[in-house]
Amino acid sequence: MSEHEKDIDTETGVETTGHEWDGIKELNNPLPRWWLWSFYLCIVWGIWYVIAYPAWPMIKGATEGYLGYSTRANVAADITAFNDKNADLRAALAEVDLAELEANEDLNRFAIAGGAAVFRTNCSQCHGSGAAGAKGYPNLLDDDWLWGGTLEEIAYTINHGIRNETDLDARWSQMPAYGEILESDEIDNVVQHVISLSSTEFDAAKAEQGAVIFDEQCSACHGVEGKGERDLGAPNLADAIWLYGGDIETLTDSVKYARFGVMPAWGPRLSVSDVNAVAAYVHQLGGGE
Amino acid sequence: MLNYFKLVALGIVMLIAAIAANFARDLAYQVHAILILLASFGTFVWVLRNTDEKPVHVDKNGYMDGVVRAGVIATAFWGIVGFTVGVIIAFQLAFPSLNVEWAQPFANFGRLRPLHTSAVIFAFGGNALIMTSFYVVQRTSGARLWGGNLGWFVFWGYNLFIVMAATGYVLGATQAKEYAEPEWVADIWLTIVWVAYLVAFMGTIFTRKERHIYVANWFYLAFIVTIAMLHIVNNLSIPVSIWGSKSVQVFSGVQDAMTQWWYGHNAVGFFLTAGFLGMMYYFVPKQAGRPVFSYKLSIIHFWALIFLYIWAGPHHLHYTALPDWAGTLGMVFSIILWMPSWGGMINGLMTLQGAWDKLRTDPIIRMMVTSLAFYGMSTFEGPMMSIRAVNSLSHYTDWTIGHVHSGALGWNGMITFGALYFLTPRLWGRAQMHSMAAINWHFWLATVGIVLYASSMWVSGIMEGLMWREVDAQGFLVNSFADTVVAKYPMLVVRGLGGVLYLTGAGIMVWNMWMTIRAGKVVTAPVGVPTQ
Repeated sequence: MSEHEKDIDTETGVETTGHEWDGIKELNNPLPRWWLWSFYLCIVWGIWYVIAYPAWPMIKGATEGYLGYSTRANVAADITAFNDKNADLRAALAEVDLAELEANEDLNRFAIAGGAAVFRTNCSQCHGSGAAGAKGYPNLLDDDWLWGGTLEEIAYTINHGIRNETDLDARWSQMPAYGEILESDEIDNVVQHVISLSSTEFDAAKAEQGAVIFDEQCSACHGVEGKGERDLGAPNLADAIWLYGGDIETLTDSVKYARFGVMPAWGPRLSVSDVNAVAAYVHQLGGGE
Repeated sequence: MLNYFKLVALGIVMLIAAIAANFARDLAYQVHAILILLASFGTFVWVLRNTDEKPVHVDKNGYMDGVVRAGVIATAFWGIVGFTVGVIIAFQLAFPSLNVEWAQPFANFGRLRPLHTSAVIFAFGGNALIMTSFYVVQRTSGARLWGGNLGWFVFWGYNLFIVMAATGYVLGATQAKEYAEPEWVADIWLTIVWVAYLVAFMGTIFTRKERHIYVANWFYLAFIVTIAMLHIVNNLSIPVSIWGSKSVQVFSGVQDAMTQWWYGHNAVGFFLTAGFLGMMYYFVPKQAGRPVFSYKLSIIHFWALIFLYIWAGPHHLHYTALPDWAGTLGMVFSIILWMPSWGGMINGLMTLQGAWDKLRTDPIIRMMVTSLAFYGMSTFEGPMMSIRAVNSLSHYTDWTIGHVHSGALGWNGMITFGALYFLTPRLWGRAQMHSMAAINWHFWLATVGIVLYASSMWVSGIMEGLMWREVDAQGFLVNSFADTVVAKYPMLVVRGLGGVLYLTGAGIMVWNMWMTIRAGKVVTAPVGVPTQ
């Protein structure tokens, strides 16, 4: 093909570049105008943006941009704004005598709303976002309390936690692993007795023998009637509410190996007002005393 | 004589691999050592059988298509693997109990997720890129693939890397960098294979008979060169022991994060965009039988794309420890990138000028056009999501997953299917695919699948973003994280169903390819004569 001879595409009437690769030709169309102008517009916008916002790294720090924009400063401002807005209520909540909180309607409403947020962020991982608990993690909606359900008792549990290594004032008790103390048929009998406390479906003969063992071994903490003892965090075994499960297999495991549920101390992590708030939230979920 | 050197070298590799398997400090490393041992043993036997035999006659005037045929099969195979794992993990998210107890820890979501991403990007996409680049560079250069059996080394070497990566994830070896999870042994092997790939490709370009280098080859070359650079820099690490797979990154903290997302974003830019644009620039004009729309546009958008993409990485790290200035630059370059990305879409779509009627009759061209439409959509969505204000809503949500998949399923998947439908009959000496109706089915299943996928993830992602940021009048958080997980459930199920449709379509394609190949005959295509 000579240089002067033009190759025109018959469909569109547009000249090609004159090259061909494996049958593929290229048209010599210009850049679409709308495309080019949009491209220019983006570039112009980009130039403005890098002047207005922090953009260019220098030897020390970067250009700050004339709008003075900073993501960190924005977040800090948001946090400060809410803190300032709630400052009075927070201060009051930190100092309030919990016994009198419910009487102070405004403060109580604030505490419950704030406590809900604290709960969602810190507590829901174990106790569930609806506070209904899970196996090994107590349900906070019912009126069954291991360590006490008054506002003060709930706040104490939150502050110091349960059976943790970090807080000397943590709630503490430890059930022995009866697998090392009782024979397995004795454990079977005790389990039947425990089931008999809250159910009608049990092996009466075994339960009768189990009652004797229960009286000797278990009643010191769980009480003669198996109704538990809050000072020791010993659960009520007669109310058909089970932390780990009330079937024969789970109960046998509980007796044999014992349980050792741990809750961290939240005092060092949360502010006093946050602890009071989340205590108020948990207290009003349904079972507060 | 050369064969004797090869045998000695392979013998040494086998010895080292056997020692490594013996001293291995972890299971993944041991399995990798055994894999290398088996691969080098197989090659050893193959070389030995060919030593001192009469060399097989190779038609130097024919294109080297054997490796392309192998690549076509590998692409289809890894596609099915990758999509299947994708469907499994999609349902694991909707129904966590599918993390079945007996398969732990191997089939845990955390291990299957990188298996899915690597299988679709690197195994399916990577084999598609290597295979089509070998086909295209030969055709558009009028030259046989350079380097003798180098192309075969690239094919087998790359697929060995894939197997090492995949087994590594399942056995728990990862360096915890997204899309760069393989540990150092696999990384070094990939580097060797990639250099061989570059040499084979460049060699073919250098021995071309055409005066000019076709635009598809610019894109392929940009992809090969940049991926080499990205791979090496992001994987700089020091092994804890040469007998174990664990290694420590040389960068730390925010520098490591920045390097990772410089890599991560350009894996999208140069692997999934530039490389696939190379594919588009050959197969769309061929299938449409029309000239490329604008040579000028191809030059301008090529250089603009190459120059701009490399800076866009920081937009993955808005609102993190990364300084604001770096985020600004990443965002600005991402937005300026919008038009250069669309240049490829315009050039592809406008190539159909004078052939739009084929959309009605040719399901393959329909697939390619849909692919370009999804390319245009996701390259608009990307710059938009890089804007700080939008990102503060979209980041960490399902919206990102939806965005990635409208690009991956729509653009990369559809253009690859188009290329497979173009290549299979030609490589096995058939006039066309076994069933055109099946291609039509594949098209609709895939399209509906993508629509279900993308729309459910938009809804779920935006809902998640809004729920996370929702505070009441006093500034207290309204939702817990678990609340957002519960709310996403219906969308997660729809997404999984979208994946099932997409996988079903791919299954139909594999059947169609199998029927085409079974009745086909391998012929050597003669090297083309340049037209000028």
